[in-house]
Parts: sequence; structure tokens; C-alpha cells
Amino acid sequence: MGLKTGKQVGLAALIAMAAPLVLPFSVHGEVFELSSLANLYEGVSFDHDMHIEALEDDCSLCHHHTAGTPPEEPTCIPCHKNSPEADSPACSSCHLIEPFSSANLAISEKNPLLHHKAKPGLKAAFHQNCMGCHQETGGPVGCQDCHAMTEKGEKFYNTGKYAPKPHTETGHH
Amino acid sequence: MKKLNRRNFIKGSLAGGIATVAASGKAKKASAAGGDFGGYPESMGVLVDMTKCVGCRTCEAACNKEQGLPEPDKPFDDYSVFDEHRHGGLPRRTTEKAYTVVNRYNVEGRDHPLFRKFQCNHCNEPACLTSCFVNAYTKTPEGAVIYNPKVCVGCRTCMVACPFYVPAYSFTSAINPVVKKCIMCYDTRLKFGRPPACVESCPQGVMTFGKRKDLIALAHQKIEGNPGKYVDHLYGEHEVGGTSWMYLSDVPFDKIGFDMHLGKEPIISYVKDFLAMVPMVLCIWPALFTGFHLLSTRKQANKEESPKA
Repeated sequence: MGLKTGKQVGLAALIAMAAPLVLPFSVHGEVFELSSLANLYEGVSFDHDMHIEALEDDCSLCHHHTAGTPPEEPTCIPCHKNSPEADSPACSSCHLIEPFSSANLAISEKNPLLHHKAKPGLKAAFHQNCMGCHQETGGPVGCQDCHAMTEKGEKFYNTGKYAPKPHTETGHH
Repeated sequence: MKKLNRRNFIKGSLAGGIATVAASGKAKKASAAGGDFGGYPESMGVLVDMTKCVGCRTCEAACNKEQGLPEPDKPFDDYSVFDEHRHGGLPRRTTEKAYTVVNRYNVEGRDHPLFRKFQCNHCNEPACLTSCFVNAYTKTPEGAVIYNPKVCVGCRTCMVACPFYVPAYSFTSAINPVVKKCIMCYDTRLKFGRPPACVESCPQGVMTFGKRKDLIALAHQKIEGNPGKYVDHLYGEHEVGGTSWMYLSDVPFDKIGFDMHLGKEPIISYVKDFLAMVPMVLCIWPALFTGFHLLSTRKQANKEESPKA
């Protein structure tokens, strides 16, 4: 049981180590730490101002329809084309930190809207949004280009000081 | 007169015998068809959107930890494994040490390589299960195809039967070699309603966990809602009778190693009719041919007996 709990912590409770992230509403000129999910990797030091500049003040490129602009995803448009600006534009106000917790799975199970069932969790939302753009614009795309691996991560990925020793015996399959 | 009668009798009995065989064969076929198992209605599944996978191999690491598998040969953040090929130029496959592997496919006309996660697809009517003569396999109502290593005798028939070449074999164990494969984390997660470790670990949200029937509807909505993005096919919806794991791709499936010639029938359907005939043939044929033998030798026996009488 103890072992299982350990595994669950290692795999699931990605938020276990850090305090919940509170996104500031006035964000210009700020660099903040995206650390609510830090576990296998350190938090990301996110330069919000730099991104605002790079995207020429078009908030909706990342915050999609929560900024009051219509969504771009064709599947969202039918319902959300006239959605107003959201109360909170923070990613975590829609994208769950723990999408796979029993409570959240139960809610998702009952949701008749299939697209909402497939709504990415916070970790997936960050990665899909950042990686998609970074691949196109030449931003960092390697795991450790954005966040350094923790010791726990090294253990999980069998790397660094937990890397497998080179096999010396012969004839292994 | 007597001779004619016997011939007629033999003719009649032969025709009758064939009719019996045919009729019972038909009855078996009908009952087998009626018993077709379309999968548990409430079973869970995983929808894999391969357009999102970036090949980070986190799912492989998660599987290794969750299932307590041995140390890998290379670290899970070593991407040189994508260049490894098996004999015949085939990409990596599942082994006793890795129940899931991610492979890279460089597809012409696609900006980035496509990464395909590979593991047991958890068929609705698994060929491994139906081929196993010790009944080591179970398809659980939750959707997982699990197996009992304690009864596995290591015959490897399931490895031959599996249309996806999933079950691996612990060739390294001299004492108790058994078959090894993904069990959809049944013991530790699925039976408690939680998704497999790989699904939860994925940083890209490639995999959606839910009821299989919902995932099918969702997949078709995704295909229809994003014209031109996906290939209009949900792999696993119908293949070999349907699988719990299903895939969406933006390139034709046959270009990324999917077998498009498996058909919609579960593998068991190809042998079900024949196998249903076996017990009947074993029961009827000995009696039938013994009868023929007795009939054909009776004249001889009578001849031998008549002078004495």
C-alpha cells in the first residue's frame, strides 16, 4: 500500500509539491513562476511581458475565447462565438490542475458535452498551447529548455544519476 | 432385391447423416452468431489523438514505474531509441520490460515526425483470450484484457494469435517464463475508475479516458468538426470487432504502421464455425462409420455363418 501511494504521488499528484498558482490579473511587466504542477520538473519561469510583446498584444492567441474574442477551434465556435470575456483569464480557472482526480472524473463522466469531456488539464493545456506555438515560431521545444528536471524526475525517467548502468553481460536478449 | 435394399439403405443413411451434420452445423452457427460479443456496453477506453504526441516518452516511464518493470536499457529521456529498429527494419515493439513504446514515423509531406504510442489495444473480443487453452486471459467489464500469470504455461499461442503483435514473452526467465503485456493498469487504477498511468502522465493530453461509446462519438465529432485535420477513420472502432484503445491520425494509418487489412470481424469468427464442428464430428463420425463398417462387413459375416447354421 505504501508503495502504491508512492507511485500515485509520483505519477498523479503533480501539484503535491507546490502551493496553488495564483495568476496576477495585472500582468504587464511581470515574470512569474508557473509552478503549480512542479514535480518531475521545476516550475517554469514565464516571462509574460515578453510573450505579450512577441504576440503584439493579442491576448486571445493564448487565452482564446476568455479574452472576449471568438474562439478559433472550429468545434468551440457554435456555442462560444458570442461568449463574453471570462471573469478570470487564468488558465487554471478552466483547465483543471487535477483532471484525473476521482471527483473531476465523476463530473466529466456526467458531462453530456463531449468536447468538454476532452478539455485538456492544466498541464496538457500549457504544453499544447506553448509547444504548438514554439514549434512554429522557433521557441524552445525540448523538455529541459523550459524547465529543469528535478531529482524526482531523474528517478522517474531513469536518467542523470539514476541512469541505467551499461550492460556488461553478454547474451541478454 | 436384398442387394438393392441394402444399397438404398446405405444411400439413405448417408444422406441422413449428412443432413444431420449440416443441420447441427447450421444450428451451431446460428447460436454462435447470436452469441457474438460486441464488447461490454459500459467499458472504458482511451482515445489517442496522435496529432498531439511529441514523443517525450513520459508514458513509457510512467508505465515502467506503475507496473514495477525492470530498469530500461536506456534512460527514458534518451531519444536515440527512435532510431532503433528490429530485424527487418521494423520499429520497436513491446517487450517483457516495456508494455508500451513510442515510435517515430517520418511521413512525407508532414512538417514534424508523427509519434505513435503502441501498447495492448484491449480488444472487445481478444484473440489472445480465445486462443488461450488454459483460460489465463479475462476481458473485464471495465474494458481491460488481463491475464493470470499463475496459470500461464508459456505456450505463446496468444503471441501468434494477437493481430497487433502485442504480448511479449519473458525469454530471460529460465525458471518461469510467462507472457507479459499491458493490462491497462487494471489492478492499480482501472478497477478503481482511474485512467492508466500513461494517460495521466502525458504532458500533451494526447489520450482521453472515458466510456468507449462516448469516445467513439467524441472522435467522430472531432473528425467532423475539424475538416481536413484528421483522416476520416477511427482506428479501433471496428477493427477486429472493436478495441478499447482507439486512434485518430492526420496521416493515413497504413503509413504509420497500422494494419489496415484486419477486417471488422473478431479473430475468433474465422475459426468459430470450424471449432463448433469439432465436438460434433468427434461424436457422430465414430458412430456413423462404425455403422457403415458393420453394414459392409455383415454380408461377409453372414456368409461365414450360414454354412454352420
